[in-house]
Amino acid sequence: MSAQWNDPIGGFHPVSGPDYLRVEQLRKLQLGRLQSVVRRAYSNVERGLKPQAVRALDDLGQLPFTVKNDLRDTYPYGLFASPMSEIVRLHASSGTTGKPIVVAYTREDIDVWSSVMLRTFTACGLHQGDIIQNAYGYGLFTGGLGAHYGAEALGATVIPMSGGNTDRQIMVLKDFGVTAICCTPSYFLHILDRAAEMGVNFRELPLRAGIFGAEPWTEQMRRRIETETRIKAYDIYGLSEIIGPGVASECECQAGLHVFEDHFYPEIIDPETRAPLPIGVEGELVLTTLSKKAMPIVRYRTRDISAIEPEPCECGRTIRRIKRIGRRSDDMFIIRGVNVFPSQIEAALLAVEGTLPHYQIVLTRERDLDQMEVQVEVTPEVFSDKIRALEGLHAKISHAVENLLGIRASVRLVEPHTIQRSEGKAQRVIDRRNLK
Amino acid sequence: MKINQLSLFLENKPGSLTGPCKALTKAGINIMTMSLADTQQFGILRLIVKDWQKAKEVLEKAGCVVNVTEVVAIEVEDRPGGLAGVLEAIEKSGINVEYTYAFTFGRGGKAVLIFRFEDPDGAIKALQAGGVNVVGSVQLYEGAQK
Repeated sequence: MSAQWNDPIGGFHPVSGPDYLRVEQLRKLQLGRLQSVVRRAYSNVERGLKPQAVRALDDLGQLPFTVKNDLRDTYPYGLFASPMSEIVRLHASSGTTGKPIVVAYTREDIDVWSSVMLRTFTACGLHQGDIIQNAYGYGLFTGGLGAHYGAEALGATVIPMSGGNTDRQIMVLKDFGVTAICCTPSYFLHILDRAAEMGVNFRELPLRAGIFGAEPWTEQMRRRIETETRIKAYDIYGLSEIIGPGVASECECQAGLHVFEDHFYPEIIDPETRAPLPIGVEGELVLTTLSKKAMPIVRYRTRDISAIEPEPCECGRTIRRIKRIGRRSDDMFIIRGVNVFPSQIEAALLAVEGTLPHYQIVLTRERDLDQMEVQVEVTPEVFSDKIRALEGLHAKISHAVENLLGIRASVRLVEPHTIQRSEGKAQRVIDRRNLK
Repeated sequence: MKINQLSLFLENKPGSLTGPCKALTKAGINIMTMSLADTQQFGILRLIVKDWQKAKEVLEKAGCVVNVTEVVAIEVEDRPGGLAGVLEAIEKSGINVEYTYAFTFGRGGKAVLIFRFEDPDGAIKALQAGGVNVVGSVQLYEGAQK
């Protein structure tokens, strides 16, 4: 790609062209790709999927769903639609319960993946000349290599840090003139805490953007990051089952995530009835890969709760936006009959002081009754030498949680660094109810 | 006139006092006096040390949440009614005492007490008007070395 197409203003790159297709043209492209992906999935994968005549995009609603267990049950290679000779890369999910999910890529799939990550970076205002510190884990996890290839395709300078070794991350951030960082938002908060201890001031660094994804986070957390560091904190979205990072990304408007829907077709369904929901209504996000060769996936139930934004975005992109994902139906836990999402607890904490980012929810069962304890690390901003002030804080948090959930939780103020930091996705809920 | 006090957040569990004390030991910092306020769940450790900036740095490096507050050191006659006299002077000014604790050493037959006031400047004025000796940090550190 010639350099004059990628000048250091950012926001556009020739590869971002499909972001701005005329809507009718985009739908036509999607239908054509959908027909071919359904045909491909049917003829290459042994599954009970009938190649229904897909005449319009709406016909997608008649096709069966794919769920995580379908991928688990066919471990490791059962859902591949290309011969091994054409597969150039394998990745796998972390597999916290039993076997992981294995995903495959042909050369062409890798090219598509690089292009959607390039479009992600471009949407976040990055360009050739940017120095990108990639702190997503390299390895079987898709985050590291996905972001790496996209950043290289963009023509930026990539620093392949991978996750962990926080002191070293901070040294590189400071010394290498890094302008953008990729990691999970919870790991970035950990980096910020450590940097403060080391006396590194983020406001004096050239860092101007954070490309944060791989876990749900809140708008309040974004505001905190942006005020403390003066960087722009962007939310990106993806999942290995579909491709990895690069399924959707915010643009500089930071008002929802544009789905790269020429490759990934989004639907929103009611998670209970599984019926498709109209534009604008919140429900479970379902994705269909439109161009994947090695592992085409039809109507994958992501478990992520979102909605399709009805209005076009001010940035001019015609690809639709989904609302930022604050919660997953998987993260939800039920305590004394009430559905609770960790993000609700986070919102309650941030509403109290705005500076309590490290928390964990511990569920236990005492005499057949579920108990929820919210552990919150005390920060210098809220700490006082007076017992009265700390008891006041404790009461405020308890009230905020109770008001929001309608049930009582015990709140425990804990010392800094007692809650285990994650270098990847933060573990917010510890459920000890089944351990006996 | 005011003295800088360090406060630390501690969880109410065995061993939580050891960490910060060890960190100070390593740095060669002596605790002149301290008090521990506790609730069922947590406690607040309040410390008076000579080099409070260094101590704060050391404790923060050890992962503690540290807060600096201005407190007032007052000489109190070591005899019945000594404290009552001091309190009378403050009471007249209407300033509230948050908490107080004592030093292990005295100064010429007098005890030295740390007071935490909501308004330390107002309290110092009221005390001096009432003829109470407020001890400055230099005098205090000299006292500690004797």
